[in-house]
Amino acid sequence: MESDRELVENEDIEVELVLDALLKKSDYDYRNYSRSHIKRRLSHRLTVSGYNRYSDMIPDIIYNPQFLNKLLSDLSINVTEMFRDPSFFLELKDKIFPYIKTYPFVKIWHAGCSSGQEVYSMAILLSEDNLYEKSQIYATDFNREILDVAKRAIYPIDTIKKYTNNYQQGGGQNSFADYYIADYDSAAIIPSLKKNVLFSFHNLVTDGIFGEMHVIVCRNVLIYFDKELQNSVLKLFYESLVPGGFLCLGSKESIRFSEVEKLFEVVSSSEKIFRKRVC
Amino acid sequence: MAKYDVIVVGASAGGLSALEKILSGLEKDFSIPIIIVQHLSPDSGDSILSLLKKYSVIELSEPCDKEVILNNHVYLAPADYHIMVEKDKTFSLILGPKENYCRPAIDVLFETAAEVFFDKTLGILLTGANTDGTKGCIAIKKFSGTVIVQDPEEATMAVMPLGAINANAADFVLSLKEIVEKLNFYIKES
Ligand SMILES: C[S@@+](CC[C@H](N)C(=O)[O-])C[C@H]1O[C@@H](n2cnc3c(N)ncnc32)[C@H](O)[C@@H]1O
Repeated sequence: MESDRELVENEDIEVELVLDALLKKSDYDYRNYSRSHIKRRLSHRLTVSGYNRYSDMIPDIIYNPQFLNKLLSDLSINVTEMFRDPSFFLELKDKIFPYIKTYPFVKIWHAGCSSGQEVYSMAILLSEDNLYEKSQIYATDFNREILDVAKRAIYPIDTIKKYTNNYQQGGGQNSFADYYIADYDSAAIIPSLKKNVLFSFHNLVTDGIFGEMHVIVCRNVLIYFDKELQNSVLKLFYESLVPGGFLCLGSKESIRFSEVEKLFEVVSSSEKIFRKRVC
Repeated sequence: MAKYDVIVVGASAGGLSALEKILSGLEKDFSIPIIIVQHLSPDSGDSILSLLKKYSVIELSEPCDKEVILNNHVYLAPADYHIMVEKDKTFSLILGPKENYCRPAIDVLFETAAEVFFDKTLGILLTGANTDGTKGCIAIKKFSGTVIVQDPEEATMAVMPLGAINANAADFVLSLKEIVEKLNFYIKES
C-alpha cells in the first residue's frame, strides 16, 4: 500500500497534469495559484462527478465542454460586496483622496474587479468628494461572465441592506438609496456612476502592464496566487504605477516578504495601502 | 523531537470559553504552533481576537496570507476567510465558498494541515452545534495523525464532538483540563 506521503505526492502529480490539460485546453493558467486552494476546488468537482482520481477528469477536460465550463467556474471565486471592509474606504478617503485632489486627472485601476461592487463603491466616494469628474476608472477581470455582470450593475435586492450598512460605515455622506434604482427583486446602479468606468478583460497571469495609474486597487485577488506569482504580479503593479502612486491590497494581504517590499512605503499598515517610492 | 509539528483546533458555539481555558493553561515555552478556527459571525472578528489575546500565554495573532507558520505562536483564523496550510508551511487565506455553511471552516484547516504534517498533526475538536470538523478529523486519522475530542458531557454543545466520535475519528475523549495537561506533557516529553 502507498504510504501517506506517497499518496499525497501521487495526487500532486495528478493535479499538475490536470492543470496542464486545463491550460492547453482553455488558456487559463492555474499552475501558480495557491495549491491547497486549487486542490480543494478540484476535489469538489471530483466528488460531484463521482470520479476516484484527479486524473480521471483529464479526458472530460479535453472532450467535454460542459465539464470544462463547470470546472472553470469551480475555480473562479467572485465573492465581493459594496464597501467590503468599510474601514478600508475610510482610509482611502483619508490617505489617498487628499492627493487625488491635487491632480488634474486621475487614473484608477481595479484589478480583479469581479462583479463590480468595489468599483461602484469607489465611484460613489469619488463623486461625493467632487473627484469623479476628473477620474477614469479601469476595471479588469479575467472572467468574462463576471465582467458582464459588472457592466450591467444590477444586484439582488437582498444584498442592499448589507451594502447600505457598509456604505455608512465606509464614510458615505448621503443616502445609499440615491445610488440605485430599486425594482421588484433587484437594484440597478444609477447610470451616472458608470460614466467614467471602463470594464475590460485582463489576465494578471499573462497580460502586461496597464500604464500610468495613480491608484491600483487589487483586493482579495493575490490571496489565490502562490508566492512566486504574487511577486510577479506585484512587479507588474509597480511598473504600472506613476511614481508616488498608490497600491491597495486586501486586508489579509501583505507585501512583507515580497520582492517589491523596499520599492513601496507603507501608507496604512492596517488597511494595506502602499505608495510607490519616488526614486 | 516533538511528537507533533502542528496543533489544529476547531470550535463553534461555546468555543470561546473553552479556548480561554486551554490557552491560559499552556506553558509559556509551548513550542508547537497552534492554529485555531473558531466559528463566528463575519462582524464579530476583532473582539474575539482581543479576548483570546488577553488569555493566551503564548503570542497570538491573526495571520496574513502567505505568512510562515512559526513555533511558539498561536494563530487565529480571521473572520470570513478559510485558512489553509500550504506545503511550504505557510498560510493561505482564501475567500472560497462556505463549507458546512461556515467560513472559516474547521474541515478546511484540518484537511490541509493533515496533508502537510501527516502523523505530526494533532487535531483538537471542541464544543459546537454543528458537524464541521468531522471530515477534518477523519482526514487527520487517514494521514496517521492524532485527534483529541472534548468530552461531549462537558462541552457546552455536544454535537460537534459527537460528530467525530461517531465517525470513529477520535483517539482521545477528554475534558478541557485533561487536554491542557496532555498538551503540556507533550512539550515536556520532547
Ligand atoms: C474574491 S474576488 C475579489 C473582488 C474584489 N476585488 C473585492 O475584494 O471585493 C477575486 C476576483 O479576482 C479575479 N481573478 C482571479 N485570478 C485572476 C487573474 N489571473 N487575472 C484577473 N483577475 C483574476 C476573479 O475572477 C475574481 O473576480
